[in-house]
Amino acid sequence: MTRVSEHLNQALHDLMESDPAVHLLGEDISDPYGGAFKVTRGLSSRFGSRVRSTPLSEGAIAGVGAGLALAGDKAIVEIMFSDFVALAFDQITNFAAKSTTMYGRPVPVPLIVRCPTGGNRGYGPTHSQSLQKHFIGVPGLSLFEMTPFHDAAELFARMFSLDRPCLFFEDKVLYTRHMYRLDDLFRFELAGDTARVFLDGTAEPDCTLITHGGLVHRTLDAMRALLLEDELVCELLVPAQLYPVPHLPDLEEARHVCVIDDGTEGGTWGAEVARVLYPRLWSGLRRPITLVNSADSVIPAAPHLERDVLVQAGHIQTAVREALS
Amino acid sequence: MIVTAAPPPSLRPPPSDQDLRSLLLIRHFELALLRLFEQGAVSGTTHTCLGQEYIPVALTPLLRDDDFVFSNHRGHGHFLARHAEPYGLLAEIMGREGAVCGGVGGSQHLYHRRFLSTGVQGESLPVATGVALKLAGSGALACAYIGDGTWGEGAVYEALNMALLWRLPLLVVVEHNGIAQSTPTSAQLAGTIGARAAAFGVRHHRVTSTDVEEIRAGLAPLVHAVRAEPSPLVVEFVTHRIGPHSKGDDTRSPAEIQRTRESDWYARYAEADPERFGRIDREQLALVRQVTAEVTARPLVVPPPAFQERP
Repeated sequence: MTRVSEHLNQALHDLMESDPAVHLLGEDISDPYGGAFKVTRGLSSRFGSRVRSTPLSEGAIAGVGAGLALAGDKAIVEIMFSDFVALAFDQITNFAAKSTTMYGRPVPVPLIVRCPTGGNRGYGPTHSQSLQKHFIGVPGLSLFEMTPFHDAAELFARMFSLDRPCLFFEDKVLYTRHMYRLDDLFRFELAGDTARVFLDGTAEPDCTLITHGGLVHRTLDAMRALLLEDELVCELLVPAQLYPVPHLPDLEEARHVCVIDDGTEGGTWGAEVARVLYPRLWSGLRRPITLVNSADSVIPAAPHLERDVLVQAGHIQTAVREALS
Repeated sequence: MIVTAAPPPSLRPPPSDQDLRSLLLIRHFELALLRLFEQGAVSGTTHTCLGQEYIPVALTPLLRDDDFVFSNHRGHGHFLARHAEPYGLLAEIMGREGAVCGGVGGSQHLYHRRFLSTGVQGESLPVATGVALKLAGSGALACAYIGDGTWGEGAVYEALNMALLWRLPLLVVVEHNGIAQSTPTSAQLAGTIGARAAAFGVRHHRVTSTDVEEIRAGLAPLVHAVRAEPSPLVVEFVTHRIGPHSKGDDTRSPAEIQRTRESDWYARYAEADPERFGRIDREQLALVRQVTAEVTARPLVVPPPAFQERP
């Protein structure tokens, strides 16, 4: 079984092997260190100057990536901790994303900004955030997230094929998990872009959950507990593309919809999903879509405090149980 | 405080007809633009380069077709010196048919062949560094125009650091006109630009001349080195903005503005060769009048496909 970090590493090796136009830039990504989370291990040894460890300059790294893309190549930029992508906000939103349309004709900017993200590792307030929400609604910018169900090589190819900059979030807790492995209660299938996780052989679920890659395992824990303790059957949808929100299949018959998002409350990805779903599902909804988010709080370093702030399986279970009671 | 340019040496070759044409095209274009604003014929904002026209004109023959030029908010002169296409530029600024960027970018956001401008200070330098990374070894370079105010942006230092570390062909042209919008250099820039470049080990060349031939002669070997080594270079022009930052927002005293005028190339070149200068001046004025009349009469630009329908 392949761990997610190994899977990503292999996808990057394959991508750089197959496409000599691809460059990789980021802090401490070269061998022997191979990146803070080892996702870039072996790449600098194999691909030389196409892989560059950079100074601590997130803004300029993103800008250099955009420049390479503008000049006809392709670039993948690694932000060591996604928290630091705030330092590249201008380059990403005001230059790379806008350049795709602000010159009056389509300008290809094949740029992927990889963002190791999320908490539950005790790294504290500036190394644990899920900042997806700050990049939602930027014209010309797409957001993707790694999941245990989506082939990373296909995602990289897809992002480059869009010819516009993409942020690619990779939850740090996901790195050590295995690709494609599930709790034995559940099965999954890919329905277009979206992974659908369901209880084998059951009829319509009581609740359809929607979440992003980093929350898959906590959500599965909640689904198991809801089944065994509350006799509630849940189905889970996990899109790899977060923004623009893709078409999420089979929701017309859903009895209840719950969107789970690791970002802190307020202006969230979950709210954006709900915004897209309300007009589509309005006539069949029995109650408002439930939104589960991390608390409106900084993320404490002490593990017991951090647990309370970030979305955990228990929070999901409680939210679904209360919504359906 | 106004940085004073050195007085022009008395003996130097006169500018060629081509240089005069380029200088005067830019001068009359910018003056026409200010008039159009006064008449309410142009929307939004604009930043003219009156007094600074000689900088891109001096640089243009040192640049190759495969060089990439990055410009900023004050970019009409940079554009016209590289691409003498006043119809397309004015149409862009006025949102009329024939606009080089479909009317979307306007004055500050131009992308034409290998010329690109953006409206955020310092934003272009990391991008230019990325382009230079691609061009390194090909003999081509990335040239980025910035101002003295731009040195307040951290992006400048991040880019210079990388450009030196990675030995990239990056030519940074600083138009140091002594004033960042309304803030004099003395209130916004500690130390000097030369010392800042030196801190990165980046070569720095200060130009006080306003004579195109003299500037070129001094710069040619340095620009050649940028390509051949390759290596980054900061060229700092001590220059003067005769006009306002934008439109009618000049807070300098009349005496200060008068001092900027004293270094203007226009009167000096007119005096040096009145007949030839006068002929080309009239010719370019007539051209700009024709451009203005024709573009003003054009229909509004048809929205590019991305703007025709909202999802």
